[in-house]
Amino acid sequence: MIVELIVNGERVTARVTNPGSLLDLLRDELGLPGSKNACEQGECGSCSVILDGELVCSCLVMAADAAGSSVTTVEGVSPDDGLHPIQEAMHHAGAVQCGFCTPGIVVAAVDLFARNPHPSSNEIKEALAGNICRCTGYGAIIRALEDVGTTDEH
Amino acid sequence: MSTRTGRRVGVPRGVIRDSPLRPDGVPKLRGEFEYAQDLRAEGMLWAATVRSPHARARIVSIDLAPALAIGGVHACLTADDVPGRATFGLEHADQPVLAGDEVKFWGEPVAVVAAEDDDTARRAAAAVEVRYEDLDALTDPEEADDRDEVFRRLSIRRGDQGLRGSVVVVGEYEVGMQDQAPLGTEAGLAIPDGQGGVDLYATSQYVHVDQEQVVASLGLRPDQVRAHPTGIGGAFGAREDLNLHIHLCMLALHTGRPVKMVYHRSESFTGHVHRHPAWLRYRHESDEDGRLVRVEARVMIDGGAYASTTSAVLANACYFAVGPYRSDSVAVDGVGARTNNPPCGAMRGFGAVQVCFAYEAQMDRLAAALGMDPLDLRELNALGTGDPMPTTGQVIETPLPTIEVIRSLQAMPLPEPATMAHHSELPGGSGLTTEPHHVRRGVGYALGLKNLGFSEGSDDYAQARVRLTPDGAVVETAAIEVGQGLVTVLAQIVRSALGISRVDVAHVDTSRIDSAGSTSASRQTQLSGGATLEASVKLRQRVLDRHEGEELDDDGVWKGDELVVSWSVLAEEGWEETVTFRHPPTTGPDENGQGVIHADFAVAGHRAVVDVDTELGLVKVVRVDTAQDVGLALNPQSVRGQIEGGILQGVGLAVMEELVMKDGVILNPTFTDYLLPTILDAPDVEALLIEREGSWGPFGAKGVGEPPTISSTAAVAAAIRAATGKELNRVPIRPQDIALE
Repeated sequence: MIVELIVNGERVTARVTNPGSLLDLLRDELGLPGSKNACEQGECGSCSVILDGELVCSCLVMAADAAGSSVTTVEGVSPDDGLHPIQEAMHHAGAVQCGFCTPGIVVAAVDLFARNPHPSSNEIKEALAGNICRCTGYGAIIRALEDVGTTDEH
Repeated sequence: MSTRTGRRVGVPRGVIRDSPLRPDGVPKLRGEFEYAQDLRAEGMLWAATVRSPHARARIVSIDLAPALAIGGVHACLTADDVPGRATFGLEHADQPVLAGDEVKFWGEPVAVVAAEDDDTARRAAAAVEVRYEDLDALTDPEEADDRDEVFRRLSIRRGDQGLRGSVVVVGEYEVGMQDQAPLGTEAGLAIPDGQGGVDLYATSQYVHVDQEQVVASLGLRPDQVRAHPTGIGGAFGAREDLNLHIHLCMLALHTGRPVKMVYHRSESFTGHVHRHPAWLRYRHESDEDGRLVRVEARVMIDGGAYASTTSAVLANACYFAVGPYRSDSVAVDGVGARTNNPPCGAMRGFGAVQVCFAYEAQMDRLAAALGMDPLDLRELNALGTGDPMPTTGQVIETPLPTIEVIRSLQAMPLPEPATMAHHSELPGGSGLTTEPHHVRRGVGYALGLKNLGFSEGSDDYAQARVRLTPDGAVVETAAIEVGQGLVTVLAQIVRSALGISRVDVAHVDTSRIDSAGSTSASRQTQLSGGATLEASVKLRQRVLDRHEGEELDDDGVWKGDELVVSWSVLAEEGWEETVTFRHPPTTGPDENGQGVIHADFAVAGHRAVVDVDTELGLVKVVRVDTAQDVGLALNPQSVRGQIEGGILQGVGLAVMEELVMKDGVILNPTFTDYLLPTILDAPDVEALLIEREGSWGPFGAKGVGEPPTISSTAAVAAAIRAATGKELNRVPIRPQDIALE
């Protein structure tokens, strides 16, 4: 079937075959590899996107069910040039190591700050509880987002 | 020749001891960094693997016809199609590329297929009909020992074996099978070159050893296979051994098309080696004052079906079986069993983790038996520079600040008791299952010792090349950046040594440079960093000598205030320097396990603070503070990143991470069932870096990747013991171990 949806502000049309996920659609059909697949089960958050204003694991959304929806991926969060303030803070804090979880964490953090511009440390942790990072131990991620929370530039 | 004034004074930014932004940070944050999973090529096929559903079985027949009948399937290959050596292996080539007559572990590859797309390839793999005759699987490592099914035995005897102490503690301990669980699963792309050769881009920690094994099994000349460093989503040891590499190259050469494969998570859990589960028996004897007199240990690790690095992991476990403590008399007997469990190999800490859990529990027991403070007992027995290793007898030449580690931990402030005001402070978290009056706090300490670099007489080296280009300098290396920040630190070293600011690091393939060795054993900063430093120093000297200059910077060569050669001229001259760096030589063990076995050592200590819901058996790890011997922190932010990340993997092994086995089958090969620490499980960490000059690493740096993982598990276990009063001789410690037993 053919689905139409809005991805990062642009209307796109894609053919969906098989029972594919929104993640497969983004990565394989739409050329947006920033969303990562690490578990296929919605456990790790590497594929996090914002779907009609809700943070979701795109591996758990059927591509066909995204028809008519608006999707924001890490590519849509990133400015044309340089970094979003959340990305900038993570860069400076050393919150990126292998980087495989990073796009999902960026998207989850953008979702958090859209709802809560000055989150507490506990609120940051609860917002990111669905994103597994195997490298950093999370400390640098928390420090980065605490820094973001002290400014109004996000 | 031109004369200029206003010359930059001082060193460029981003030198050693700074923490410059990592050069791959922006693409990783924007989602643009290319991982092996993201690779594509024109006309690319997708591959999938047929795996054994048995822990051990005879292969009666394989019928490929149903798979080949599926439209879009281009190839189905079995053991009969392996053109060269039928087996591979990092240390011993004992593992079949594809199983022939017999499968020896659950998930072992039997056939591979290539098709137009991923979905078709997976359907084709499922359609291959393999008939098996089930055979009895050997899954008990003790039974394997009895049957002499072992990869290696190692016995260490040092000192007077008749020595006895007056205070004796004994214990038996067990460590479950941990998985590295890097977030990026195994993935790769092989591209045929049209002339019988192939280019391989696949997840790896060590491309030169991959290339050698691919060459052997494909029956090609070495120059026909080029293994390229590729974007990789973490490693932690899981990428030292081959998995899909030979399969991809076989399929690419067979079909004449580029072939890609990406393991799903459940495949990844069977497709790479794990941390060895271990069973440990200890006897510690001291005098009345607490001085260790004799340590006896029996170390059993289960290597699974194929060798991987079991021999080296066993050796490490035995050599570090006493920890950072002196003892006049030592006897260690180790066995690396061969079973039909999944193959085990490298994981961060490499044998030193398992024994640390046991010897630190023993040290706490000994302190209790003596009525001593656990840290005082450790300080009394602390191993330091100039001491012989208690196991191998090797005199420790480089700084080993064990006492400083202990005193630093002692001096760090303890956190206030939990207020329980917010559910995040409760062991049960937002589930609100914990009643505050059931919560007990515990504090535990542990120290760990680890070798740095390869040991036992291996020719351990790394090559690096530094070139001057119009844009500055570039370091060429085949060393793998797995996330740890090598790409940042190599550039820092060049900036410090050359005095210029514009430095790039280029990851080049196996045809363009000699080996950098593996990104493992905490070794790349010391080895590839050492090669990079030496190349930079030599290059600078050659440039200055040639042009009779005094200084080099971004503008060119200076003599006094005069710019005698501009950078553009220098770049045209084509300067480069290639250096192969080796650490001090080591030897294999003699018949008593004695020798100069290791190149360098690092010590670290951890203090864990836990709150335990003793009724429900739930644990909240509140803090893990650490002091770590780092030589010199070349990039303090990256060092802290290694420490925090390594500690959390240690916390994971302490309280949740285990591949659960039954009859050789992994029962929980998914992220739903294999629990990994989330951000809510992460303790606060304070890290004290202890810097001492004297190691042979660049500027005195020591490797820092593994020490955070050695004793953090043991410290958390000690803290839970302190909170509960229970023995807890096995990790991971599960709720039922606390609440029910």
